[in-house]
Amino acid sequence: MKVKVGSLFLLSLCAVIAYLTYNTYGNWSFAFALRGRRLLAFGLVAIASSFSTFTLQTMTQNRYLTPGILGLDQLYVLIQTVSFFFVGGIQLLSQETTTMFLLSILATALLGSLLIGFFYQNKGHHLFLLLMAGMICGTMFSSYSTFLQVLMDPNEYDMLQGRLFASFNHIHTQHLLWAAGIILLGSLCLVFLIPELNVLHLGSRQSVSLGIPVPFVHRLLLFLIALLTGTASALVGPTVFLGFVVVTITYQVIPTFRHGWLFLGGTLIAFLLLVFGQFFVEQVFGWTITVNTVIQFLGGLFFISKLILERKKG
Amino acid sequence: MIETVNLHQSYGKTPIIKACDLTLPEGQLIALIGPNGAGKSTLLSLLSRVLNERTGAIYLDGRELKQWSGKELARKLAYLQQSNQYGVHLTVEELVAFGRYPYNRGRQTVADEQIIASAIHKVGLADFKERSIHALSGGQLQRVYLAMVLAQETDYILLDEPLNNLDLKHATQLMNHLTELVQSEKKTVVIVLHDINYAARYADYIVAMKDGQVLRAGSTKEIIQESLLSELYELPIKLVPVEGSYFCYPFT
Repeated sequence: MKVKVGSLFLLSLCAVIAYLTYNTYGNWSFAFALRGRRLLAFGLVAIASSFSTFTLQTMTQNRYLTPGILGLDQLYVLIQTVSFFFVGGIQLLSQETTTMFLLSILATALLGSLLIGFFYQNKGHHLFLLLMAGMICGTMFSSYSTFLQVLMDPNEYDMLQGRLFASFNHIHTQHLLWAAGIILLGSLCLVFLIPELNVLHLGSRQSVSLGIPVPFVHRLLLFLIALLTGTASALVGPTVFLGFVVVTITYQVIPTFRHGWLFLGGTLIAFLLLVFGQFFVEQVFGWTITVNTVIQFLGGLFFISKLILERKKG
Repeated sequence: MIETVNLHQSYGKTPIIKACDLTLPEGQLIALIGPNGAGKSTLLSLLSRVLNERTGAIYLDGRELKQWSGKELARKLAYLQQSNQYGVHLTVEELVAFGRYPYNRGRQTVADEQIIASAIHKVGLADFKERSIHALSGGQLQRVYLAMVLAQETDYILLDEPLNNLDLKHATQLMNHLTELVQSEKKTVVIVLHDINYAARYADYIVAMKDGQVLRAGSTKEIIQESLLSELYELPIKLVPVEGSYFCYPFT
């Protein structure tokens, strides 16, 4: 396991060096500033998506779920849309945008936690009820967003699109440091909870029997997932399948239940995928496609093939 | 000692446990028997606090269950659910090591390793400790779970239908293990059983449940009676004496 993770680490290092130095035409400082920032974003997204997906899959004991099911990215879109609709884009865009960025992440995480708290009361701890509710709420949020966007002034709508369509090509770099802080804090909390996560593999009943305050831990984990996913989607837009692909590959490469290794390996694999993807998009396809598209397309294919294969096996 | 006072539990509006007053003695093998849907598993879940919605009180050693901290209780009482399915790769040793979580929060010491090894040894799986749990038979798997519960080093062990999916030989082996635990280590074992013959043969104390209520609780001799068992299962049951115990023979 150490060898595998070590080689993943070396591979990532090579990828970083290759990405930073290939085709720079001697313009080092420019390329470094531009690509370095993108690499930082990749690292953050890699951490956020792998940590949150592993956590959600462990607590639900399900290998097919991704945090997208909680509807948080849709909530983020709705919050942005509502604030543009009622306050007006000009005012919002002229404001200090970092505050806006932080506020919308905070609002996403808080509203998300409120929803989670509402659907996940002590009575019965129906985790799957919460997931269903999250899915339905996500659809509802996106319908509301669409509704408001249709009513909006076209110019405002244009500005809103600029705000919402974050992607790996268009990273909101001005927020990078803040996002880094939030994501690192959230993932550190998850690292601290690794022993509990390992036990949660056994299911919530057995975890209770081993002395874990399961309802409390579940809520804490869901809040952290909300925080990580919210921040990542604010930074580079929704990356629904990335977490799924990464987690599935990680379990193939390092079959273990220990979340320490899983988090480490998953983050490295996610980072590698992103850097390679971006490298090909930039150097091979000459920017005709985006990494998000590649992830959604290949991830979707991967998801469907895994579903079909598992069905055949069962 | 485990005591319940006026215990009620319902699923939605359907009552599962109704007015259950029970005192379970210490240091004995206690069997919960009764027809399907009698509330045996629910009662066991309540006693082990993995199910928490209830009215009424449960006292463990004189203290209400809700007053115990999770960690304290995990060192006092262990519970094993009916069916276990884990999607992750685990070896026998790794699974049993989870039993030490209440003591070490996942950081294994040398003492922990010894306890884990001896638990695996006790259930006779020392040769299999590196083996993946997915490569084990049902009987071996059930013994691994028992080892995990043993590694938890609790005075009380609550098992929900541990004989499910076990053949005659492995079921008998498991019951012998449990009897030995009770006799040599003074543990209190509470177990849900479907086969009343195992209850008649191995249990010291039997709780007969029907329709969410305790029909009767008492020593094995008091409960294994033709009239009582026939009433419990709504089926004529005859007792045939075999070597100091009884074989319960249903006929229609």
